[in-house]
Amino acid sequence: MLFLAQRISALIMAPLALVHLVLIVYAVQGGLDAQEILSRTRGSIAWATLYGLFVIAVSVHAAIGLRAVGQEWLKLQGTLLNVLTWGSGLGLPLLGFRAVYAVVAG
Amino acid sequence: MISQPLRNNAGQLKVSVWRGDESGGRHVDYDVPGLESQTVLDVVTWIQRHSDPSLSYRFACRVGMCGSCAMTVNGVPRWTCRSHVRDVARSNLLTIEPLRNLPVIKDLACDMSAFFEKWDDAMGRFHPTATRGDDVEPIRPGSIGRREADAGIECINCAVCYSACDVVAYKQDYLGPAALNRAWTLVNDVRDAARGARLRAVASDAGCHSCHSHQSCTTWCPIELNPTASIAGLKRQSALAILTGKISLDDE
Ligand code: SF4
Ligand code: SF4
Ligand code: FES
Repeated sequence: MLFLAQRISALIMAPLALVHLVLIVYAVQGGLDAQEILSRTRGSIAWATLYGLFVIAVSVHAAIGLRAVGQEWLKLQGTLLNVLTWGSGLGLPLLGFRAVYAVVAG
Repeated sequence: MISQPLRNNAGQLKVSVWRGDESGGRHVDYDVPGLESQTVLDVVTWIQRHSDPSLSYRFACRVGMCGSCAMTVNGVPRWTCRSHVRDVARSNLLTIEPLRNLPVIKDLACDMSAFFEKWDDAMGRFHPTATRGDDVEPIRPGSIGRREADAGIECINCAVCYSACDVVAYKQDYLGPAALNRAWTLVNDVRDAARGARLRAVASDAGCHSCHSHQSCTTWCPIELNPTASIAGLKRQSALAILTGKISLDDE
């Protein structure tokens, strides 16, 4: 069933990645500084949801993708393969949610 | 009709042939007279007839139908009976090796067992819905399913695609492009009774979802079939069947 999770996470991730890219360009072009960005994101449930979903989709997608790379290129099996899968699957959301927390909390 | 005998006007060919068996081997060089019109299989046959009768290789039809003559020629898998030397040689140099991804029996002859067993694993057999007592089912040639099936049906089982596929090299049990292409033709055959079971078989860990769609199979298939597209179809249909509860992978 991993392949289904891979497809579904890609479906969720693709539009969110586009939104994220557009946002970066908009913020840079518009000359927004960190304070101005934070004033818009702080306390916003919408931004928290958007980026929270993004983090989850990325984590699932990347973990399954890295699992395939580990299996096919590094010939990992069993425990090592599970360590890679779960390590990335849990490590990425840890980093991601820390960042989301930093921009929306407070 | 050939009005004149073929002349030796293409110079000498330098041919490096892999000789050995499952325990290992090496390349051996041969000089072969070049001809105006000459296939790679002609070159191999010339070596066996004139230089070394112990050279082992496989062929049968010599007209691109049986799929038994595939070898690696200058690094690329090809049907040798229909590959002209002038199209594939690099300045009169030819390197001829057995197919990749299959165990070598001897010299240029590979053991094709795994390749054919995977056709079975992918449920490549037709499961009839009718008996000989029934009327022949009318099939509209223009129907979508029939067009999909027709697009992949001419496979000659040569294993060129199997040899070209990196995922087969990475993953021992990956079913491979030819078996999956075959499964796709049957999934689209309205006369077949095993659609669900077949989708389940190809959705396994070793099945269609392992394909990276990098299209080496499609690039080198001598019949110009498109196994990548067939596999994409299987990915869609099997995912749909799982999501709609028509098949389940639970008891795997
Ligand atoms: S498209 Fe799929 S089957 Fe074809 S060569 Fe690539 S991985 Fe193999
Ligand atoms: S799909 Fe093409 S390359 Fe693969 S076995 Fe069939 S004819 Fe050969
Ligand atoms: S000898 Fe039959 S396909 Fe080449």
